[in-house]
Amino acid sequence: MAITFRKRSVLPGFGLALGYTVVYLSLLVLIPLAATFLKASSLSWPQFWHIATSARALASYRLTFGASFIGALTNLFFGVLVAWVLVRYSFPGKRLFDSLVDLPFALPTAVAGIALTTIYAPNGWLGKPLASLGIKAAYTQLGVVIALTFIGLPFVVRSVQPVLQDMEKELEEAAASLGATRWQTFSQVVLPTILPAALAGFAMAFARAIGEYGSVVFIAGNMPMRTEITPLLIITKLDQYDYAGATAIAVVMLVVSMVLLLPINLLQKWSSRRQEQAELAEEEFSPMAEVV
Amino acid sequence: MTKKIVAALVLLLVLSSSVFAQNISLLNVSYDPTRELYQDYNAAFAKYWKAKTGQTVTVEQSHGGSSKQARGVIDGLQADVVTLALAYDIDAISQTAGLIPADWQKRLPQNSTPYTSTIVFLVRKGNPKQIKDWDDLVKPGISVITPNPKTSGGARWNYLAAWAFALKQPSGNDQKARDFVSRLYKNVPVLDSGARGSTTTFVQREIGDVLIAWENEAFLSIKELGPEKVQIVVPSSSILAEPPVSIVDKVVDKKGTRKVAEAYLEYLYTPEGQEIAAKNFYRPRLDAISKKYSSVFPKIKLVTIDEVFGGWQKAQKTHFADGGIFDQIYQPQ
Repeated sequence: MAITFRKRSVLPGFGLALGYTVVYLSLLVLIPLAATFLKASSLSWPQFWHIATSARALASYRLTFGASFIGALTNLFFGVLVAWVLVRYSFPGKRLFDSLVDLPFALPTAVAGIALTTIYAPNGWLGKPLASLGIKAAYTQLGVVIALTFIGLPFVVRSVQPVLQDMEKELEEAAASLGATRWQTFSQVVLPTILPAALAGFAMAFARAIGEYGSVVFIAGNMPMRTEITPLLIITKLDQYDYAGATAIAVVMLVVSMVLLLPINLLQKWSSRRQEQAELAEEEFSPMAEVV
Repeated sequence: MTKKIVAALVLLLVLSSSVFAQNISLLNVSYDPTRELYQDYNAAFAKYWKAKTGQTVTVEQSHGGSSKQARGVIDGLQADVVTLALAYDIDAISQTAGLIPADWQKRLPQNSTPYTSTIVFLVRKGNPKQIKDWDDLVKPGISVITPNPKTSGGARWNYLAAWAFALKQPSGNDQKARDFVSRLYKNVPVLDSGARGSTTTFVQREIGDVLIAWENEAFLSIKELGPEKVQIVVPSSSILAEPPVSIVDKVVDKKGTRKVAEAYLEYLYTPEGQEIAAKNFYRPRLDAISKKYSSVFPKIKLVTIDEVFGGWQKAQKTHFADGGIFDQIYQPQ
């Protein structure tokens, strides 16, 4: 008659693994974040509010979050397209293109920034033809969007690719044989399957773009009120030895990022649950489930 | 058995090399444009020190925007020597982190400034926009390149030189100077974080009609790019830019390199050091050397920051601190 006060888990070494995870996450994530909040708390509320909502800070939030959103959205559409092509088609050089998708991950951000600036500057390869059309790419908000789109590309592609690869082609064929148009097949069969992965990729691209400094600061132009990104504002404050002011803006960025990413996460969870339910439902009615 | 012997020998070799080496390593944390200067200077100093004491000195360099570099030292970068763009940044290291005593500037001659520079304009060859002086920079349609005063030391000298010019105009006052500087910055399309970044933007990206630059940067651009692309325009008046130097006491005492570090800075004041500075287009302090290079450096009417602005502390607070005049220029009117 043994009285056990703690249920033994079926996972071996669960306690150790949990302990290690907590320590690791704390050291890497929680403690630095806590230090940021602590430093910002050395300001009084009116001071904090004044720094966080100055006209220059507000302009930088609009640019950073706006450009990140546009970049991530662009990546959502084109990333899904790229993943589709890479999975469903084969063409010469496909492996090369596949590895090129990882380039924004591998490239150091400063290198990416300088490369983009050189290309899009008014005397650059792409900048010159654009300038003749009257479009200024480098040193404008468009330049910021271009940089943020570049660095977010791999997230959506790499999130959607495995889902597309695992998807059963038979589902599409079944839909076609039941009379669905191509658009219906896409929107009712393919899209729900890849939506959770695509949204996860969108969230990651968005999150990275918000914090991006190195690849943007060369192409941005950095004019206060117009092309100044929030990370640059933080660095500017640090260069004035105003550590508390810099952490104030950092705290604002953290909070807004969490607020923006939460609904995206929930949307992703909802759509993946819907997809699971749909898969369960179709298994029940599948002709394959007949008792042999 | 042989493996163990080999391993032991290797270990012995490594340990002995660190014991017997007379290798001293210094870190010189400097501002953006001084790369070429210190490349030449470090080689000369190493030769001099080896001849004098037999020790081998390797000087490592770090370059970047002046305040960024100062902040690095405050946050723990082990600099033996700092050679920054303005006294305010070295003061910050002294006040915020206590690594340098407060009276550091008096320790070396001439306010610890072995070489000076000033601010001039760099324009495209042939001067197509006919830029002659400061008031040509505020004309509509002129694109001016200057770095961000919040992060760059050179940018702050540029700003103060412009302000000083407007102040010295007939019936000039603070309000007129402020309007002048506002109009100047309205003509600036890109704010790089450091002086070298602005030079790259002007010269390589071909953005802008005129670059407000350190005199040594301007000369260096001509030397590197060739006089067929850019030329210098000397304004009627400018500011005497004094980039000071100092040892970082806490670091040299900890590393035991005080003697070498002090000698490193003192060598800057010797005729050899001054000659290297002049060759790299920094105005030397030593009369003999400056006479020798008087044809290189144009004569400009120079004012100092103390006589016009009351020193760096006051200038920083009024103009460059948060909410200061530079910030106000960018507020929506």
